[in-house]
Amino acid sequence: MTDVMARRWSGWQRADGRKGVRNIVLVIYTVQCAAHVAHAIAAGEEDVHVIGFPGCYDNQYAIRLVLALARHPNVGAVLSVGLGCEYTQPARIAEAVERSGRPADAFFIQDVGGTRSSVARGKDSVRALRDRIRRETPRVEMGFGDLTLGAECGGSDGTSGLVGNPVVGRLFDKVVDAGGSAIAEEIVEMIGLRDIILDRAVDDRARGELEAAYAKAEAYCRDVRQYSVSPGNFAGGLTTIEEKSMGAFAKSGSRPIQGVIKVGEAPPWPGMWIMDSVPDPHFMQFGYTNPNDTEGIMDLISGGSQIVLFITGRGSVIGSPVAPLIKVTGNSRTYARMEEDMDFDAGRVLAGQLSLDAAADALAAMVGDVASGTPSKPEALGHREYFVMYKHQDTPELDRGCRSAA
Amino acid sequence: MSRAFRIHTDDNVATLLEDAAERVSLVDGPDIALHGPIALGHKVALADIAEGAAVVKFGIPIGIASSAIRVGDWVHLHNCASRFDGRSGGFDTVTGAARDMVYD
Repeated sequence: MTDVMARRWSGWQRADGRKGVRNIVLVIYTVQCAAHVAHAIAAGEEDVHVIGFPGCYDNQYAIRLVLALARHPNVGAVLSVGLGCEYTQPARIAEAVERSGRPADAFFIQDVGGTRSSVARGKDSVRALRDRIRRETPRVEMGFGDLTLGAECGGSDGTSGLVGNPVVGRLFDKVVDAGGSAIAEEIVEMIGLRDIILDRAVDDRARGELEAAYAKAEAYCRDVRQYSVSPGNFAGGLTTIEEKSMGAFAKSGSRPIQGVIKVGEAPPWPGMWIMDSVPDPHFMQFGYTNPNDTEGIMDLISGGSQIVLFITGRGSVIGSPVAPLIKVTGNSRTYARMEEDMDFDAGRVLAGQLSLDAAADALAAMVGDVASGTPSKPEALGHREYFVMYKHQDTPELDRGCRSAA
Repeated sequence: MSRAFRIHTDDNVATLLEDAAERVSLVDGPDIALHGPIALGHKVALADIAEGAAVVKFGIPIGIASSAIRVGDWVHLHNCASRFDGRSGGFDTVTGAARDMVYD
């Protein structure tokens, strides 16, 4: 193990045993009608982030996703705000959060009186919750073995598969070797690589899970006639989904894949994991698997990732609530043009200035800095984009490959 | 001279590391004369590829030549088709924008 991987820092100990690298209060609204009030509550408040459900309709997938974010290791406390008419219940969210050992609060805007009174009520609540978690949450020593890292790519170009994703893959190998976990999702960006993916499975169980997830993703893309490759990818030199897939899969590194987790599930044991974010076939055919990069990033955070790496050859300005986002590009031209937003220039490998291994070490050092409290660029800029998709991942006959294969 | 990189020894295309107008220098390989400018991140053919034959990158087929490709050609949406994604072949070759959606 290199010195950079031996680094230790101070994190926050949660009652469930997990360790966070931030200690935030999360405001969750339960319908779009409550979004303005939720954002007004968080406005100007340090360490207060917002996520929310768009619809009045409740959806089990979305509830599981939001609860995973509410009980994330970086979250110390939750305020859940509803309008009062919607299906999704803020009090039930607060109760679930309290069962995890975190303080929580909830109210309906209609019960409090209106916008101004609800914002005032909410600000009192998040300030009290923040004071409490700052005072009461035990600090704990952490290292790379305590981390779960997620990796998402978006705005990929010809450099992403050459160096952006391989650098992250090399970092993932180091984190897995240190006893930590790594998650990649975007099974729709593994289309065309079936045998290559299956060869990475640690055992027959994992192979069955990967096989089922891959088959579902391929059928899904065929049915919706939408492959995960966009105009910007084409303009950046990627010609087919198969080509993009091969580059995207490089971010999973080289260690054995332990299996497939669903959105909202944390890896049950350490190692390299694949997350399935593809909707199950359902009579309500909504729920795009990857309508935007933000959704995939939220999915990875729902899997317990304390930090997410976002690899973008073309450049992007997004960030994320709950877990810091570190933006990596393999394209030095993009880095120069968007340096205010991009954290790491892996294009230096293509220019011959740095070996892939040295770049992975430099990226690990940056991850260590961010884990220790240094804000990543999107974090410092206040970027906290989120997206809670409604979809179905509960279709029993399409359950995990391990059960159907057993 | 602008450089191009071949990832796998089986590849019949290489990825450009800089924009190139007339020639590229293959990293650990010969120079290739281009038939037109190719941008950073895009691919140049390293061999003639017959229509219907596989375009190989990363050592795997990333698509099928939809027309005959000559060594030095830009390989992209106009001459390389996905085996999965039937829609993208009609997209704008330079911007990648879809042309099959109605905005009226």
